[in-house]
Amino acid sequence: MPDETAGLRLDAVRIRLNGRELVAVDRHIRPGETLTVMGPSGSGKSTLLAYVGGFLDPVFSGEGRVVCGGRDIAHLPAGDRHAGILFQDPLLFPHMSIGGNLVFAIPQSVKGKAVRRARAEEALDDVGLSGFFDRDPDTLSGGQKARVALARTLMAAPNFLLLDEPFSKLDMQLRGQIRDLVFDKAKRSRLPVILVTHDAADAEAAGGEVIEIGRDAA
Amino acid sequence: MLRFAPAIAIAVLALPVIGGLAGTLLPAFGYLPALGGEDLSLEPFRIVLAQPGLLRSCGIALAAGVVTAAVSTVLVALFVGGWSQTRTFRFIQSLVSPLLAVPHAAAAFGLAFMIAPSGFLARLVSPWATGWDRPPDWLIVNDSLGLSLMLGLIVKEVPFLLLMTLAALPQVPLAASTRLSASLGYGRISGFLFTTWPAIYRQIRLAVFAVIAFSSSAVDVAFILGPTTPSALPVRLVQWMNDPELTSRFMASAGAVLQLGITLAALLIWLLLERLGRMAVMHFCGEGRRFRADRTMRHLTLALIVLTALIVFGGLAVLALWSISGLWQFPNILPDTLTLRGWIRALPQIADPLWTTVTVGLASTALSALIVIGSLARERQVGRAGNRWALFFLYLPLLVPQAGFVFGLKLFLTHSGVGATWAALVLVHMVFVLPYVFLSLAAPWRAFDPRYEAVAAGLGKGPWTTLLAIRLPMLSRAILVACAVGFAVSVGQYLPTVLIGAGRLVTITTEAVALGSGGNRRVIGVYAFLQMLLPFLGFAVAALVPALLFRNRRAMKVA
Repeated sequence: MPDETAGLRLDAVRIRLNGRELVAVDRHIRPGETLTVMGPSGSGKSTLLAYVGGFLDPVFSGEGRVVCGGRDIAHLPAGDRHAGILFQDPLLFPHMSIGGNLVFAIPQSVKGKAVRRARAEEALDDVGLSGFFDRDPDTLSGGQKARVALARTLMAAPNFLLLDEPFSKLDMQLRGQIRDLVFDKAKRSRLPVILVTHDAADAEAAGGEVIEIGRDAA
Repeated sequence: MLRFAPAIAIAVLALPVIGGLAGTLLPAFGYLPALGGEDLSLEPFRIVLAQPGLLRSCGIALAAGVVTAAVSTVLVALFVGGWSQTRTFRFIQSLVSPLLAVPHAAAAFGLAFMIAPSGFLARLVSPWATGWDRPPDWLIVNDSLGLSLMLGLIVKEVPFLLLMTLAALPQVPLAASTRLSASLGYGRISGFLFTTWPAIYRQIRLAVFAVIAFSSSAVDVAFILGPTTPSALPVRLVQWMNDPELTSRFMASAGAVLQLGITLAALLIWLLLERLGRMAVMHFCGEGRRFRADRTMRHLTLALIVLTALIVFGGLAVLALWSISGLWQFPNILPDTLTLRGWIRALPQIADPLWTTVTVGLASTALSALIVIGSLARERQVGRAGNRWALFFLYLPLLVPQAGFVFGLKLFLTHSGVGATWAALVLVHMVFVLPYVFLSLAAPWRAFDPRYEAVAAGLGKGPWTTLLAIRLPMLSRAILVACAVGFAVSVGQYLPTVLIGAGRLVTITTEAVALGSGGNRRVIGVYAFLQMLLPFLGFAVAALVPALLFRNRRAMKVA
């Protein structure tokens, strides 16, 4: 019997813009599973991620429970939800080194400068970027940046992952490679994932349930 | 804490203006109990209106406001229309931008040193072309029509309006409109005026109003370049305000109200001109006039814009040269001897005003920056930009002539026993510094990619950590530039410093203008040079600090 409180449950989640309903979702995403949301651009599919992550633009109104580990997090500030987010762009903080980006993500409970640095170095090894600690993010290739972004997200020990078309700007060759890496890590860490995409190949690779939104609006 | 930032900003902007206006209006109608004025009367106005040559003084102020705004606006419109999206345009843009930081008084001195009969331009062509071996006896600077005054204002307002226009450009589909109108056979300028300018003008309209308000009431420029018999109204106003005779405060207040009326009249005339301009554009547009042969017009505009920049830069260079010149006889182009005597003589007296200038500038800028950052952060939190009212408050201190409310503030401070304190000066400077800091920081702040903050929040960081560790460092360059703008505004403040400082707190700018009447070019050179050096240092710091801090971060460099 699977644990019904594990994973991420979207309970009657509705997102509206000026009274018009954009998104309506009721799903339970179990640990290691992926819910893929597909829809044309402008359909509001990214607002679902924003609602779950806690950074919904106030022009939208959202309602419904987001239950994570048996607790409704929909009213918590974004900083307390522990959502690992990957966007289209790697969004590495340009004023920090690669290592600085990773150390920034390590929870405060990990004490000691040397310990934190060692953790970050380990994470870099793990994504095949050993020795990149002191590098300037802007000097990395697109694929390398994507891997740092993934490592940074996992570093913070998130409770779930929110993926906003994270592979769409990578070229074909890299796309498959990074995609496999991301889903592999998510499965191994038993993280529930919400993926927003308009690429059917992403949905296929994710392997979970697919819902389509905004068809009638388009 | 952030919650209060917008309210504090509005208080800083509006309270001094509204309170100051009341403090000017009441004495103007005879009410100032501290000086025994208990009954309302029109006596103060009777005294002001009886002043000799008043009509002419008012006329010059009015004309300065309208003409400066008209010439600057037309020049900017023609220039942007004729040259946008060209390499020339970008070059001029980088040439003109630094002019914004030069204090009005320094630019006015520079202009005077260029165009005076004994100035640099006359020397350039003498005696070989003119036959002059002595300066001609012409009244160029301080001419009775106020033409040099208007020129001095125009060379400063053109860069201002140009930069405001550049800020508005990204919000209009300029490239597409240019191509479309060109394909329909329109000339560059007419195509721009017909398709794009109306949308741009709507956005810079408040800035144009600010130009009118400033030009019709500027004291320092009118003091340096304006006519003398009689002087423009703002200059006479300050003389009345500084009259030690206590009862003349009633008259000075009435004069300030008159100044408000003059500025208002200039604005009303402008509204009329706006309408005429719109009708003209619509008329030609309706006729489908192409104006394809606009080559001459384009090059004439370019020449005029370059001339405004050259005349100020040239003037500043001449100023600097005067500060280290020994004997410099007419018509020699360069000084006969160089000496540091001017500097050595001035230095002992400089320390004190320099200290006041720098500390007041830094304090008013730092406080304004904190309030602006707080307001912008709050705007992010509640998810909406300030509405029209916020913009109105922002422009309020720029639209009400300084003389109209700062004198009332001074009366209030004097009679409430606060007097000329450093803190009061900082607060009054903030009224003018804050709008500029806000206007320069708002665009980069709002353009910041909010996904960086979403990522940081996802990593478990609260709003304060996100603000301090992500947004502020990433925007450090824009913040420092906004601060440099604010500092330059503070350094350039003349009237508020004279009135609130009341002679006890003097800055480089008030000293420079005060010395201007003495006519010693070496001393003026020293002070005016410092006046432009300080803002320049501010911008240098704003460029250097991020460059050093982030020297190994390629993406943090200027694009």
